[in-house]
Amino acid sequence: MKHTISVLVENHSGVLSRISGLFSRRGFNIDSLAVGPTNDPSISRITIVADGDEHTVEQIEKQLNKLIEVIKVKTFGRDDFVARELMIVKVDAPAEKRSEIMTIAEITGAKVMDITLTTMTLEICDRYDKIARFENVIEPYGILEMARTGTVAVERGSEYFSAKK
Amino acid sequence: MKMTVSQAMVECLKAEGIKVVYGYPGAAICPFYDALLDAENDIKNVLVRHEANGGHSASGYARISGKPAVCIATSGPGAVNLITAIATAYADSIPIVCITGQVNTDQIGSDVFQEADVTGAAEPFVKHSYLLKDPEDVGRVFKEAFYIAGSGRPGPVLIDVPMDVQKMMVDFKYPKSCLIRSYKPTGKGNAWQVKKVTDALRTAEKPLICIGGGVFASNAQQEILELSEQLRIPVITTMMGISVFPDDDPLYMGMIGTHGVTPANRAVNACDTLFLVGARVGDRAVKTPLALEKTTKILHIDIDPAEIGKNIGADYPLVGDAKLVLGQMLDHIKEKPMDIKASRQQWLDELDSYREKIKFKRPVRGTVNPKEFIEKLSERLPENVNICADVGQNQIWASRYKFKKGGRFLTSGGMGTMGYSLPCAIGARMADETRPTFAICGDGGFQMNLMELATAMQYGVDVKVIVMTNTRLGMVRELQTNGYNDRQTAVFLDGSPDFVKLAAAYGIPAVRVTSNKSAEKAIEELATHKGTMLCEVVVDKDFPTL
Ligand SMILES: Cc1ncc(C[n+]2csc(CCOP(=O)(O)OP(=O)(O)O)c2C)c(N)n1
Ligand SMILES: [Mg+2]
Repeated sequence: MKHTISVLVENHSGVLSRISGLFSRRGFNIDSLAVGPTNDPSISRITIVADGDEHTVEQIEKQLNKLIEVIKVKTFGRDDFVARELMIVKVDAPAEKRSEIMTIAEITGAKVMDITLTTMTLEICDRYDKIARFENVIEPYGILEMARTGTVAVERGSEYFSAKK
Repeated sequence: MKMTVSQAMVECLKAEGIKVVYGYPGAAICPFYDALLDAENDIKNVLVRHEANGGHSASGYARISGKPAVCIATSGPGAVNLITAIATAYADSIPIVCITGQVNTDQIGSDVFQEADVTGAAEPFVKHSYLLKDPEDVGRVFKEAFYIAGSGRPGPVLIDVPMDVQKMMVDFKYPKSCLIRSYKPTGKGNAWQVKKVTDALRTAEKPLICIGGGVFASNAQQEILELSEQLRIPVITTMMGISVFPDDDPLYMGMIGTHGVTPANRAVNACDTLFLVGARVGDRAVKTPLALEKTTKILHIDIDPAEIGKNIGADYPLVGDAKLVLGQMLDHIKEKPMDIKASRQQWLDELDSYREKIKFKRPVRGTVNPKEFIEKLSERLPENVNICADVGQNQIWASRYKFKKGGRFLTSGGMGTMGYSLPCAIGARMADETRPTFAICGDGGFQMNLMELATAMQYGVDVKVIVMTNTRLGMVRELQTNGYNDRQTAVFLDGSPDFVKLAAAYGIPAVRVTSNKSAEKAIEELATHKGTMLCEVVVDKDFPTL
C-alpha cells in the first residue's frame, strides 16, 4: 500500500542524504521524494510516498524520528490530504495530431507550454492517479521526454502540520 | 575568551570532564594535538596503535565510566580506520565522541591527499555527525555531541573538523546547556501503561524477565534486581545483559540464544509472559520471534521507540528510560500491593528442574577444557572484575563466567567485532583502576589487536590477557564442520607466533597453560600479579563451542 509521509527537518546541508540513506539501508521502498523550503527558512519539508504494509510504515516513521535533524513526521490517512505532483512531457506532435492532443489536454487539465513543427510540450499538475491517467492517454502519441516531481501534500481541513505545535 | 578552535575543542573536553583521549595523529589533526599538549595535566593523551582500537578503548572506557568517552583520528585513512569502532559502538549503543581531522575547507570535494568523506562514510553507523565549518559553532557542536552521545539511546557521535578551521580564532565560551528542538529523548514511561505492565507481570502465571544491554546503558541494575526479587520473577539475559545478575542468584537462568544455555532457552519457551527490558530481540538471541509472539504475552520497555515492534510485536509497549520506568513500577507495587500468585512457586520449581549440573569433559592431552578454565577463573577472581570477551568460541566460553555482584561482562554483542577485547579492556581498566580487568580472546582475534600490548605497556595499564589458542578460527571451523561437510578452509592459523615469547618481546610476563594443573597455577598468578600479564590457554582444535 502507498503511504504519503510529511517530514519537517532542519534546513541543514546533509539532511537529505541522511534521509535517503536511511530508506535505502533499511530496505524501505520510496516511490517519490520531494523537498523544498517552508515559510520558516530554518525548516525544510520533505514529502515521501512510500510503499509498504502498516509495520513498514510504522518503522519508517520511527526510524525517521531517530534522525536528530528530523523535527516532525506525519503519515497522512487515506483521503484526508490534498496532494499534487507536476509532470512535463514532450510528445511527438505532427500537424495532423495537434488538435487531438489539444483535446486531451483540455479534458485532463494539462497545459501546452511549448510547440514546434513536430513536437508539443505539455505540463500537468495533479494527483498521482490523474497524472497516471494522463500519461496513459498521451503515451500512444509517442513520449519523447518526461520530467516529473515527487508528490507534495498538505492535510485537508483547518488542522495544520507545524514544527511549533 | 579569544583562542583557536583547537584550544576551544580542548576546553570543551575539559568542560565535559574528559580525563583520557585515545587517538592517532596525522597532518590534518595536528593543530588539535598541539592544543592537547598544553592540557596534558588535565587530559591524558593515549597513543593507540590503530585507530579502530582507539575507538574500542573509548568504548570500554565509556561502558565502565557510564559517560561518553573520546577517540581521535586524522583525516582520510585515519578516519576510515576508525569506522569499524564506530559501527561496533553503534551496534551496542555505546556513547563515544569521535573527533577526526579533515582537509582544509576549500579543498573538500577535490580528492586532495588524505581526503575521505568520513561523515558520509560513517553515516549508517553514527547516532549523529557534524562537519564543523564555522568556528563560531565549536562550543555548540561539542555540547550537542556529548549530549546526544550520552542521552536517550546512547551511541557514537562524530565531529569532523577541517584543519583550517582548527587554526581559526574564535571568541569562545562553552554553552552551559543545549536545546535541540528535534531531539527530546523520553525519560519516564506513560503512567497508565506502567500500571498495566506491572499488573500484567503480577498476574502472570509464568512470567520471565529478559535483560538486555539497555539495563547497563540506563544504569538500572539495582532496579531490575529489586523488581525481580519483589515479584519473584526469574531472569534471563541476552549477551549484552550478562553480569547484570549475579550468577548465584536463585532467580537467574543465564543467557538465551543460539549460544545461550539450555535452561534459559527452555525458560523462554515455557513462559507465558516475557518482559523485555532494554533488549532488542536480535536474531542471535531469539531465532524465531514470530513464533514466540504468538504464544507469549510480550511486555517491552525500550528507550528507543523504534525497537518496540521492530523484531517482535509487543502486547504492552512501554517507551522510556529503564531506570526511571522500573522505578515507577516499583512505586506502583508499593502503592498498590497485590499478592503474587501462589502458582508462582510452581513456575519457579519448573524452571529449577531445567537447571543442569555441568560436567566438564576431559580434554585431549596437552590441552585444557576452556569452559573449565573459565569456571575456575571465576571462582578465584574478586567480585568487581571486568571480563572483556572477544569474538568466536572464546567469547561463548567466556560468557559462562560466573559473575558476582559488581562484575562486568564487556563484549561486542551486536557487531561481533574480532579484536575488540584487548583495546576495550585497556579503556575499561583506565576508567576505574580498582577493577581487575581481563581480555579473553582467541588466537585469531588476538592477532587482530595484539599491537595494543604496546599501548598497555607504554601507559602502564594493568590488563590480563588470556589467549585461547586452538590454532583455528574456531567458530568458523565449527561452521564448516557442521554446515559444509567439514570442508575446512581458511581457518588455519599456522603462522602464529609463540605467544609467550611474543609477550616477552613486549616485556610482558607470560605463562602457557596445557593442563588443569598448570591452569591452577596460572590462575593464581593472574589473580595476584601486579601489571600486565599474558596467559596462553592451549585448547584442542576440535573443541566444540557448546
Ligand atoms: C573482524 C571480523 N572478521 C571476521 C569475523 C568472523 N568470525 C567470527 S568468529 C571467527 C573466528 C575467530 O577465531 P579466534 O579469534 O581464533 O576465536 P575462536 O573461535 O577460535 O575461539 C571469525 C573469523 C568477525 N567476527 N570479525
Ligand atoms: Mg582460535
